[in-house]
Amino acid sequence: MTAILRSALPVPTDDVWSVSQVTSAVKRLIERDLGAVWVRGEIIQCKAWSSGHWYFTLRDAKSQVRCCMWKQQALKAGRPPVDGTEVYVLGTPGMWEEKGEFRLTATAIIPTSAVGAQQQELERVKAALERDGLFDVARKRPLPPFARCVAVVTSPDGAALRDVTIVVRRRWPCCRLVVVGARVQGEGAEAELVRALGIVNRLAEVDLCIVGRGGGAREDLAVFNSEAVCRALAAVRVPTISAVGHETDVSLTDFVADLRAATPSAAAEAAVPDLRDVERQVQSLASRLANGLSMRTSLAAERLERTADRLSVAVGQTIERRRHRLDRWSAQLDALSPLRVLARGYAMPTAPGGRVLKRRADFVPGERFELRVSDGSIAARVEDGK
Amino acid sequence: MSRPAKEGSATLAAELEALEAIVRRLEADDVDLDDALKLFEDGVRRLRSARDRLAQAELKVQSVLEGAGGELMTGDLDV
Repeated sequence: MTAILRSALPVPTDDVWSVSQVTSAVKRLIERDLGAVWVRGEIIQCKAWSSGHWYFTLRDAKSQVRCCMWKQQALKAGRPPVDGTEVYVLGTPGMWEEKGEFRLTATAIIPTSAVGAQQQELERVKAALERDGLFDVARKRPLPPFARCVAVVTSPDGAALRDVTIVVRRRWPCCRLVVVGARVQGEGAEAELVRALGIVNRLAEVDLCIVGRGGGAREDLAVFNSEAVCRALAAVRVPTISAVGHETDVSLTDFVADLRAATPSAAAEAAVPDLRDVERQVQSLASRLANGLSMRTSLAAERLERTADRLSVAVGQTIERRRHRLDRWSAQLDALSPLRVLARGYAMPTAPGGRVLKRRADFVPGERFELRVSDGSIAARVEDGK
Repeated sequence: MSRPAKEGSATLAAELEALEAIVRRLEADDVDLDDALKLFEDGVRRLRSARDRLAQAELKVQSVLEGAGGELMTGDLDV
């Protein structure tokens, strides 16, 4: 009998687990595969302990799950939610090993009614800004091509400032960054951002303004949808870039700014040129300047040479022409020369004074005269006047 | 003829724009040698001024705070 019973019942195998082993194995399973999730439900059995931690249950029509919110987050969240409130909870599923209980560790609680109200407020602000022309494309100003002084309105110890600094230092170290610090989330952020944007307008040397912050939960970015912040941004006298959160986050400041950048790093990339590109541009202008001048001088030299050539050709031609004329004249002169006539056998009688005796009447009998022949003269006398 | 470069007055963009105009005129056919020399000298001045602007090797990061009386105070920031 005993033997039969024993064989009918399952018996423990050799590898028996302890309770802790089971809970920790389940804990590993849950916590490895599930990250933070938004859960919608109704709050019940909410208890705020004197330690500062909150414990509550979230339920819907079919199920419920235990939740806790640690002191640090509870302090940020303000007052504990009232039972029966419909909420969104951002929580990480986990295992509470001491009680063997599955639960959500909450980091944010937002009443669903507040989300509706937030959405309504967002729509209202958007409509108001649109009506006043703050989203007009015609308002958009071009960014300066070579920013000299960039104002950065953000949290002085946030990731956004670090990212902007890294990019600007790498691309355009010849400029200046002026950080106008402001809280970018939570209480007071709106007023601080408005004030910081006002300060930017008092900095004469600033020629570009980046406003933004790094990524965060949607409610952390909410201040960049504030009407006051948007209007202060529109009033900034220099071109502006809005860079809020990650690629997928869109805020109203993105529509008001002259440029929307997906991230603070992208804002810095858009804000300043790359020094190496500009150096190349300057170098190319320097070569063109030098070439331009040398082209001009060689052109001038060439022109001078051409002129000199033409001049010498002209002078040569003139000389040649003159020489021809000279030759002609001298030939004529030669032909007309009395010596030339004499060479042909003629003789020329001249009176003692050198006068040429051309007619009979010029010859007086008994008078002396000279007879010039080709190679000299002969003394002669007139013998007969007939 | 473009205006001669004045130290620190023109922006880098204006400086490069003026340089481009100078180079274009030099490259055109109708400039006589005298004008070309003047353009070249002006160009060299502008080049020097542009290069001076690019020469700053280290990014300056400062922070601005508003005092109680509304006055602005600037200090270096280590980021």
